[in-house]
Amino acid sequence: MTENSGLPTPTPATMLETEPFWEAAAEGRMVLPRCNDCEHVIWYPRLFCPECGSTDVSYVDASGTGTVYSFTVVEKGQGRWRDHSPYVLAYVELDEGPRMMTNIVGVDPDAVTVGAPVQAVYEPGNDGGAVIRFTLR
Amino acid sequence: MPISGAAHIAGVYEHPGRHLPDVTVPQIHAAVAAGALADAGLNFDDVDAYYCAGDAPGFGGLSMADYLGLNCREIDSTETGGSSYLVHARHAAASIAAGHIDVALITLAGKPRTGGRGPGGSMASAAPESSFESLFGLNVIAGYALAAQRHMHEFGTTSEQLAEIKVAASTHAQHNPNAFLSNPVTIEEVVESPMIARPLHRLDACVITDGGGAIVVVSAETAAKLERQTCPILGTGVGIETTNRGRIDLTRTGAVVSGPAAFAEAGLTPADIDYVSIYDSFTITVLITLEDLGFCAKGEGGGFVSDGALQAGGALPFNTDGGGLCNNHPANRGGMTKVIEAVRQLRGEAHAEVQVADCELALAHGTGGSLATRMGSATLILGRGN
Repeated sequence: MTENSGLPTPTPATMLETEPFWEAAAEGRMVLPRCNDCEHVIWYPRLFCPECGSTDVSYVDASGTGTVYSFTVVEKGQGRWRDHSPYVLAYVELDEGPRMMTNIVGVDPDAVTVGAPVQAVYEPGNDGGAVIRFTLR
Repeated sequence: MPISGAAHIAGVYEHPGRHLPDVTVPQIHAAVAAGALADAGLNFDDVDAYYCAGDAPGFGGLSMADYLGLNCREIDSTETGGSSYLVHARHAAASIAAGHIDVALITLAGKPRTGGRGPGGSMASAAPESSFESLFGLNVIAGYALAAQRHMHEFGTTSEQLAEIKVAASTHAQHNPNAFLSNPVTIEEVVESPMIARPLHRLDACVITDGGGAIVVVSAETAAKLERQTCPILGTGVGIETTNRGRIDLTRTGAVVSGPAAFAEAGLTPADIDYVSIYDSFTITVLITLEDLGFCAKGEGGGFVSDGALQAGGALPFNTDGGGLCNNHPANRGGMTKVIEAVRQLRGEAHAEVQVADCELALAHGTGGSLATRMGSATLILGRGN
């Protein structure tokens, strides 16, 4: 785990069907829901397969690696993010397929490019939970 | 049954105010409703269907229908953000074609300038996706910046090309005495304005204004009895674009569905259109939407908007009121004013400096939600009528 980015790490609102994702993140792991019928890896986490309509979904271990699909360097954040500008907001395309919203941390924002390889980092919040962000690998 | 031509837009009204600290949101709804009905030559007792979206205070459409004293046999509070009012117009046209209603009133009002709220609606905290999008400093312009960055990566679109869109809007806004920003700007001024979320600058973004607008849609039979020029609704389309089962495509909008649907219903193609009102929350919104509506191929929007193509007198005049980028974006919802300016163009009532000569066919397009997550898109194709 790299040094914490210091970005706001609010407590995620969890629901019964997303608890496994957040419990794994708190342990420094990534799991993703995967459809047992069509093998679609689902994002955002839910116990329903939007690809085939199945409710037979299980959380499986994920690689935690991917590439930058798109990003923006936010120069003027809003609210509690104002004091953390500039920061990098991004979509990362995971090796398993899904594109998830996240931050790219631990690097000079100017070093981030579309297509850059990244790996997950797990940034703990105050309540024992963690937010999944990414850093260049 | 076909709806093309069954319903006409008989009245429109855009509130002239852009900063309205001393009136309430229901008052603005009432003012614009009265304005659009007067424009049509109708009154509140003629209305038998009411349409509003999330900007309307109270319980769905019921509170405002009560406030306005309406007697309705149809009510619809479909919420797709800034495109809601085009969805409502489509629903009204379908209900008119079915014989359910005769006179539909659609209203919008809000006070984000007074209220100090930024662009965009509030995300419901109970939404199932919220924990996966609320932790990373996403704001409205940052979301559109994600889309712009990806479009630039895939297609080589440039900041200067995006700036052409703001330049065109500002060129038009100088002729609109009510425009919030009425000064023409150059490409250089856009790309040198403060960077908010790379690659989008302050001048890539729309204005934040109080205000509102309203539309009255009537049956062809009622339209024929009115003295006012009414504009037939020839084609309509609605489409949603989502995170696509976890594989979001930031270069695509719901217009890929709503546009072809509207053209098919109207029996027209993009080449037939004389004037377009394109939702312009940000410059990138316009560029991607023009591609998705078929005015140019996917990825070629940057070249298409260059060299003043969107300016009055250009290849495809757009947003001749100054659009959301310069004129007005009441309640952070720009769909209503898109329809209103299209009707002005078809009636020959746009400012003389921006009036499209012999404007017979116009397209209005709304985008609600966010290009970065999920959106509702709606397209109307309108005729000139008589």
